[in-house]
Amino acid sequence: MDFAGVVTTVLTSSDAPPGLLPAREQMALSLGWHIILACFGVAFPTMIYVVHRRGIVRDDPVALGLAKRWAKVSAVLFAIGAVSGTVLSFEMGILWPGLMGKFGDVLGLPFAFEGLSFFVEAIFLGIYLYGWDRMLPRRHLMMLIPMGLAGIVGTFCVISVNAWMNNPTGFKLVDGEVTDVNPWRAMFNDGVYLQFAHMWFAAFMVVGFVVAGVYAAGMLKGRVDAHHRLGFTVPFVFATIAAVVQPFIGHILGLRVGDTQPSKLAAFELATTTEQPAPLRLGGVLIDGKVHGAIDIPKIGSLIARNSFDKPVPGLDSVPAADRPPVNITHLAFQSMVGIGTLLAIVVVLFWLARWRGHDLLPKRWFLRGAVIAGPLAILAMEAGWIATEVGRQPWVVWGILRTEDAASQSAGLWWSYAIAVVVYVGMTIGAFVVLRSMARRWRAGEEDLPSPYGPGTATVDGSAR
Amino acid sequence: MSLAVVVAVAMFAGIVLYALFGGADFGSGFFDLTAGGSERGGELRVLIDHSIGPVWEANHVWLIYILVIWWTGFPETFAAATTTLTLPLALALVGIVLRGASFAFRKYSATLAQARLFGAVFAGSSLITPFFLGAAAGAVASGRVPAEGNGDQLSSWLHPTSLFGGLIAVGTCAFLAGAFLTADAARSGHGTLSETLRIRTIGVGIVTGIVVFAALVPIKHDSPTLSDRLLGPAAPLIVASAAAGLATLVLLYRRRFAPARVTAVAAVAAVVVGWGVAQYPWMLVDQVKISAAAGADATLAGLLVVVGLAGVIVVPALAYLFWLTQSDRWTETH
Repeated sequence: MDFAGVVTTVLTSSDAPPGLLPAREQMALSLGWHIILACFGVAFPTMIYVVHRRGIVRDDPVALGLAKRWAKVSAVLFAIGAVSGTVLSFEMGILWPGLMGKFGDVLGLPFAFEGLSFFVEAIFLGIYLYGWDRMLPRRHLMMLIPMGLAGIVGTFCVISVNAWMNNPTGFKLVDGEVTDVNPWRAMFNDGVYLQFAHMWFAAFMVVGFVVAGVYAAGMLKGRVDAHHRLGFTVPFVFATIAAVVQPFIGHILGLRVGDTQPSKLAAFELATTTEQPAPLRLGGVLIDGKVHGAIDIPKIGSLIARNSFDKPVPGLDSVPAADRPPVNITHLAFQSMVGIGTLLAIVVVLFWLARWRGHDLLPKRWFLRGAVIAGPLAILAMEAGWIATEVGRQPWVVWGILRTEDAASQSAGLWWSYAIAVVVYVGMTIGAFVVLRSMARRWRAGEEDLPSPYGPGTATVDGSAR
Repeated sequence: MSLAVVVAVAMFAGIVLYALFGGADFGSGFFDLTAGGSERGGELRVLIDHSIGPVWEANHVWLIYILVIWWTGFPETFAAATTTLTLPLALALVGIVLRGASFAFRKYSATLAQARLFGAVFAGSSLITPFFLGAAAGAVASGRVPAEGNGDQLSSWLHPTSLFGGLIAVGTCAFLAGAFLTADAARSGHGTLSETLRIRTIGVGIVTGIVVFAALVPIKHDSPTLSDRLLGPAAPLIVASAAAGLATLVLLYRRRFAPARVTAVAAVAAVVVGWGVAQYPWMLVDQVKISAAAGADATLAGLLVVVGLAGVIVVPALAYLFWLTQSDRWTETH
């Protein structure tokens, strides 16, 4: 959450526990950071599978070379993704004891399945990375399949918990006590399927555009060869499919919000009062209860939010002031996601249309520049979508059941923990950047195997490709 | 046995496996740290890289398994422990992050300077993490985590049981890693290296053994509930651990490296299981019993489904990974 959100939180809850603010900040930092790496864990194995399979089946050394490099990159990303994921499992308790103590046995089961799928992914990644030149090629390739499947199951499970926070079910509250727990009902709650699909496709958008962007950057620097073309095309195809499907999933998902979380929809749409039909409000901020600087397009708000030209979009006035989310962040985050997502979908469609008509845009510098920016844009859209759904759920951590301030830790010492987290995450980001850049540099210099520089005598122990 | 106890046993099995697999993994950091300068230590560092590279991520997931079963099966005690032990857990966490990231970074470092930096971070944090996890375990075992949570941030873990818990964790990790690395070095034909490792491992084993048994004295005063059972029902396990530990030292001395790995694992497993037996039937010693800490029955049953699936899916896959890394196809030089 950003500064404005912090200020809103402080102003709206004067008697909040001292741990609320640092807990939020730390969760936002670690989750926002981890989600990018999680995308790579989910989508990258599938892309590696495609190039690796092509390498084996067509005996294509270019494709095989790509698979080898991507595998090494995924090793680095998976390692820091694994540790940042471990951080999150500790943080669930350290930051949110009020949530975990009370609802741990309601929401915990999907986490247990997630742990299982993560285990599978870690094991087969280990086998895959070390299996190069040590296993029969086709069996080696097969090791990617459980990784891809684990990515699907893992995404479903994590999103299942978030969907439950938005659509709590599978328990009863009697005098404040949680009873009649049905963890399966909680896991397979009504919101999970669409939310899962939205996140799963987002992962392919992020990884597809980021990886394609890396090769687009290479082509911009004049390295136009089969390696770069294939390295661009495979992830770009994945990104294309995801980018085109995503708006439809998002739309259906959005239709639910009007019924299940009207205040979130009101914040998405920046609707201060209930309007029928509601306009689509582009941009704008809410200051002192008035909307400033928005462009209204009549009726389209109803169409997008309710799938009809005349259905009402609920306004913030239908929700008590204490139950309203931080409106501006939610609205701007939501519109950033939709705007960027739409832009990316249009661009990929235009690219393939042009190609179908015989115009290859790949040699065009302006297109390559756009393709480089598409990666960060996709990450931005995903982060914005996540902010929209999380901040839009406030002030509830479990919608309508448990307020975030009641879930947070009581400890003011969390500011220290947050400060350490900032330092560690910045360090990890720099480390990853330095290492990945040096990997790319050495690959260009022709060092395919990247031996570690442990000092003289290293080669006598093991000169194999690792 | 009640459903709650079955789930607690499944969770504790995760703790034992983490202590063994993750322990050997952490302990290799101790040998990395003490390997010497970049030139002298190069051979050992490559061996460590080779030994734990394929398995470290999988070893690590046991911790997530433990945490998830804890908060799902026994949610209130999880919240009580995390709010009370925020400091040691956060420090362990910093260690986990730095260690995992720098291990991966070191592998792909471009220059010696980079590799040394990441290597130092990796090795240093390999000591921090088990120490603070051990200290957190000691806090729970000594009855200093109140049922309602938010216990004292410092005194809950700054006492003899926790500090010895941390030291024992570091020592057993190093001992396990030493036994495995010595065998690995001998098997892959690095005679000089395996000799160095052999001497160091015997040293680590002696020190760790002394610490484990010396700890019984302060624990007796510090944590009566725990020590009563440690010296009661758990006593045979403590004796078994001593015997297995001694056997390891003898086997290492006689250069019987393959069986020494087995006895080292047995020694550490016996200590950890001994702690589990001594802590039974408490979830948080002197505060909450396992039966009272448990969440909803439906959830406990669901967790057993997960444990069953883990037995069917994860165990064979893990066995395959370990089998591959131990087989000649993977260890031969290309």
